[in-house]
Amino acid sequence: MDKPYADIPGTTVFDADMARQGYWVNQFCVSLMKPENRKRFLADEESYLDEWPVSAGQRQAVLDRDYNALLKLGGNVYFFSKLFFTDEVSFEEAAAGMTGVSREEYRAMMIGGGRSIEGNRFQSEWES
Amino acid sequence: MARITGGVTTSHVPAIGAAMDQGKTGEAYWSPLFKGYEFSRQWVAENMPDVVIMVYNDHASAFDLEMIPTFAIGCAEQFGIADEGWGPRPVPEVEGHPELAWHLAQSLVEQEFDMTIINKMDVDHGLTVPLSLMFDQPDAWPCRVIPLAVNVVVYPPPTGHRCYRLGEALKTAVESFDEDLNVQVWGTGGMSHQLQGPRAGLINSEFDMAFMDALGSNPEDLVMKPHVEYLREAGSEGVELVMWLIMRGALNAQINELHRFYHVPASNTAVGHMVFENP
Repeated sequence: MDKPYADIPGTTVFDADMARQGYWVNQFCVSLMKPENRKRFLADEESYLDEWPVSAGQRQAVLDRDYNALLKLGGNVYFFSKLFFTDEVSFEEAAAGMTGVSREEYRAMMIGGGRSIEGNRFQSEWES
Repeated sequence: MARITGGVTTSHVPAIGAAMDQGKTGEAYWSPLFKGYEFSRQWVAENMPDVVIMVYNDHASAFDLEMIPTFAIGCAEQFGIADEGWGPRPVPEVEGHPELAWHLAQSLVEQEFDMTIINKMDVDHGLTVPLSLMFDQPDAWPCRVIPLAVNVVVYPPPTGHRCYRLGEALKTAVESFDEDLNVQVWGTGGMSHQLQGPRAGLINSEFDMAFMDALGSNPEDLVMKPHVEYLREAGSEGVELVMWLIMRGALNAQINELHRFYHVPASNTAVGHMVFENP
């Protein structure tokens, strides 16, 4: 299938292939909308994850809160947000983490107008 | 008969709701944003609709991966407030308008828009933040709300063209309702933003300005815009802007733009806000 969005740098589009692959890890995130589940998860993350048929890679990425890895394994950021909030981390802080800078640096970039589109349209621009 | 009198577009960033809920609106970071809604709060108070049709997207709150309706209409009497991971927002429950909503569902399906009908649903920040922005912090929301949820989470969202056509069908549907109701259509989400991956924080003000310029007077310039252009130019979550086209399609061909506001940033997002009236 033609994926004209495949050459956008630093971006994983949550298309059918990704949604299929990420089904259970995303549903795990949804389970954190219940306060009793958040409590149980935070008390013992490993045991809680045992209840979900996620892959070894997805499991490790959740434990590590490695969201860039999770994106590549079918995770979606709106589902992750349940985990951000369970961790009492804001969307801004989580996004900063995915770009590899501190929250302060990221906020300064945003207040300065955000990440420019120039040089950020095509994968080839990141490789040159 | 019922009639659509005006439309509003606005971003629905969750941090805006949190800022209001936590009493931070006067802080230097937030106050310029809320200033941009002063006109609109006064305008909506003076032109209070009976019903708002709220075009928004759920963020994996009511619809997770078990069910993913492309277009869904809320026909319930009442909609609860979703717990998105930090407890429900401390805002009033949302009163629906089942009679109009069911009528819209029937009319839209007859017009070949095969809506999913939802009778039990909690609504998340996508719906409640626009209410907070426009109505502040009342004990009860001052009008009824019909949620019209659009999938923009799992790719692909409906095309801009399809969204615009749905708006047109919505206009026909509202105007075929016998009761005399003042209806507004609000289109939410956007503007440019990317929440995920190494490119997070992308903002494209030039794109956003051009979108706002065209929305009122030349929406035909926007409806054929392919998804890849939104994703590339406005960030992976900027594709939410197709929801603004539903609002636009529901208004008259000629409309008056009453207000426009643009602000960067709210958290990760470029906030865009417009108010239109049907002449």
